[in-house]
Amino acid sequence: MDRWELRLSGSGGQGLITGGIILAEAALMDGKNAIQSQSYGPEARGGASKAEVIISNDEITFPKVENCNLLLSLTQLSCDKYIKELNPEGILIIDSSVEMPERDDIKVYRIPILETAEEKMKKPMVANIVALGAIFKITEIVSEESLKKAILARVPKGTEELNRTAFKEGCDLIK
Amino acid sequence: MPSGLVNQYFRTQNLAHIWCPGCGNGIVTRALVKAIDALGLDKDDVCVVSGIGCSSRAPGYLDFNTLHTTHGRALAFATGVKLANPKLNVIVVTGDGDSSAIGGNHLIHAARRNIDITTIVFNNNTYGMTGGQYSPTTPTGDKGTTAPYGNIDAAFDLCNLAQAAGASYVARGTIYAANQLEKNIIDGIKNKGFSFIEAMTTCPTYYGRKNKKGNAVDMVTYLKEHAINKIAWEKLPEEKKVGKFVIGELYSSTRPEYTEQYDRLIDSFKKGV
Amino acid sequence: MAIKLMQGNEACVAGALKAGMRFYAGYPITPSTEIAEISAEALPKVGGKFIQMEDEIAGMAATLGGSLAGLKSMTATSGPGFSLKQENIGYGIITETPCVIVNVQRSGPSTGLPTSPAQGDILQARWGTHGDHSIIALYPSSVKEIYYTTIRAFNLAEKYRTPVILLLDEIIGHMREKIEIPENDDVEIIDRKVPTCPPEEYKAFKVKEGDIVPEMAGFGTGYRYHVTGLVHDETGFPSGNELVADKLLNRLIDKIENNKDDIVTYDEYMLQDAEYAIISFGAIARSAKAAVDHLREEGIKVGLFRPITIWPSPDKQLLELGKKMKKIYVIEMNAGQYFLEVDRLAGKHTTVEKYGKINGEIITPEDIVSFVKEDQNA
Repeated sequence: MDRWELRLSGSGGQGLITGGIILAEAALMDGKNAIQSQSYGPEARGGASKAEVIISNDEITFPKVENCNLLLSLTQLSCDKYIKELNPEGILIIDSSVEMPERDDIKVYRIPILETAEEKMKKPMVANIVALGAIFKITEIVSEESLKKAILARVPKGTEELNRTAFKEGCDLIK
Repeated sequence: MPSGLVNQYFRTQNLAHIWCPGCGNGIVTRALVKAIDALGLDKDDVCVVSGIGCSSRAPGYLDFNTLHTTHGRALAFATGVKLANPKLNVIVVTGDGDSSAIGGNHLIHAARRNIDITTIVFNNNTYGMTGGQYSPTTPTGDKGTTAPYGNIDAAFDLCNLAQAAGASYVARGTIYAANQLEKNIIDGIKNKGFSFIEAMTTCPTYYGRKNKKGNAVDMVTYLKEHAINKIAWEKLPEEKKVGKFVIGELYSSTRPEYTEQYDRLIDSFKKGV
Repeated sequence: MAIKLMQGNEACVAGALKAGMRFYAGYPITPSTEIAEISAEALPKVGGKFIQMEDEIAGMAATLGGSLAGLKSMTATSGPGFSLKQENIGYGIITETPCVIVNVQRSGPSTGLPTSPAQGDILQARWGTHGDHSIIALYPSSVKEIYYTTIRAFNLAEKYRTPVILLLDEIIGHMREKIEIPENDDVEIIDRKVPTCPPEEYKAFKVKEGDIVPEMAGFGTGYRYHVTGLVHDETGFPSGNELVADKLLNRLIDKIENNKDDIVTYDEYMLQDAEYAIISFGAIARSAKAAVDHLREEGIKVGLFRPITIWPSPDKQLLELGKKMKKIYVIEMNAGQYFLEVDRLAGKHTTVEKYGKINGEIITPEDIVSFVKEDQNA
């Protein structure tokens, strides 16, 4: 696809803005154009959070998502809020805690992102990286090499191995 | 004033000043200049900053780096000057309204930072430049053009305020005891930190006339008779303190100064720490 | 050549540092706070000074104080804080103290929608402080342009000895975008002209022949002089003389208005053969550019005029557009502020229509396309 418009949604503190930045940085490494932006409420934690990423081979003028072709929702609230703006034929990735939406014109992946981070890895904060793994596996929106490099450049020092594993766990959620 | 000092430190071409006959501002300004002279400061290294009001006109008459700013903001400007060039001796000249009403926030925060600025408040208990309205230091019950029936506000004790906010040197003086005021200004400038000096002065034109305080001589006499030196004050029984006020050095302490702390931070990067 | 994903606010600080910023005083406010945070981290590393002041007014005052003491100074704020800074911006204008004031605009009036974007301070940037004056205000529309426009803001501040307002909006301030900064970026950096004459000959506010503004000595460099917000003569001392007032106040206006050819910058897109022009700036100019592409595909001959210098306004260019265009559409995230300026100039020759939004929602390319088409079909 020439132009990807992604929305990563959930609640504040889930690292979705960082996730969006990582995707955009990986796209730049691949020689593409990318813009990342966000909207947020007054709360630093909890509340609704949304990161947007546009990746394109061409110049990106309007910086916000208009034709969303991928929506990630880690909470029911965010899914309910943004699902109607997902394009027909678009990709929806929801956490297994989110109910299946009533739309049959989209492709849905309902996978245990939060559970993988919380239960399997015992590190809730890597949910965003698990999600990136899944997004990558489904879309190959950026190259694996760039994405891994971008992840390692953004995560705190000393957590590289943890995040490498989280990325792989995310990939493995997609069969 | 000895004419040598006038020629050396005043911009004589800008005199005469705007102050009324009987105004005490000249005495405070003289004490400041004498203090600077006694300390032997290089004029190029002195920056006098003021806000708006009668006292804030003083810098225009003085031959230093001088900055006459907006109402209440002298300390905020001075903070910028001092932080940008810490080698300057920065002195703020301000009034009671300028420093504690519109500029009250800057006063408490400059004191909190203990930034090396010496602030001299010319306290005449009124807004003189605008014609005698009541100020935060107008005693309760006294009149101003905006308190025609007497002021119902409580007055600030500016020295207590500065000390509580963190000033490392606090003193009060009067234009009657001008030599002691000069000594306090010297000590204030020498103090490496935020120094606060309240100079009790007179406004016979507005505050005096409005409150039937007599002429300028009567008002200076009042300051003479009601100001009690710190040492005597501490021995005085409470009932005898009523209606009187304490003068002299009221507080002094040593604690880290703001611009030195910042320079230390810069040095830590130079050393690669 | 370093290619980076950079936030707009971050690019602003990078540009400021490149321009030589060594002093920052400010107060936290959304959505400008990153500019303070990044400055706080970066400045001590280069020997510069950062201070978080007790309020917005103090932030502006200390910024001017830092500049008077000889350092290139900046502050950043947003809507409510920009209102609070206005009196001291006026002080900076009359005392000819160079500095850069960044206003990352947000919705208003008052607290409004604090995290939502707006372009509602176009006229406050021009007339926010009291009294007659001129002002320079710049408005970039991409992360890369924020970097270079911030450098230019410092250059203009130093060259014309005046506060320069850098208008951003929440959208470009917070978005992250690709930016390439050459390793040896040889972009021009302008420093204020300082006096070299003996101190006793220095007249702090006298303009030397051939110069635009007076030479400026930093406090503590051996030139003792007086700075006041009162009307003053060439020596810097107050004067109530009407001739002195006339000379000073008109000089402050003229030094900007007479140098528009140097100060005014703008960008044009598809205007060559256009019959209609859209005028837009900041983030919304990006929507407008996308809209132009779309409208062109539908056969409507439209182009985009994007002022980068908002004040002084590009009056020659706006007049010219008025003569050439069948119609002009001013698209901005306010109720029609820049529209007034366009209508004043281009409106002499053509019809000027406005489209705006003030509810915190961004104007999309689709919004603009439908507005223009509806107008064309009306």
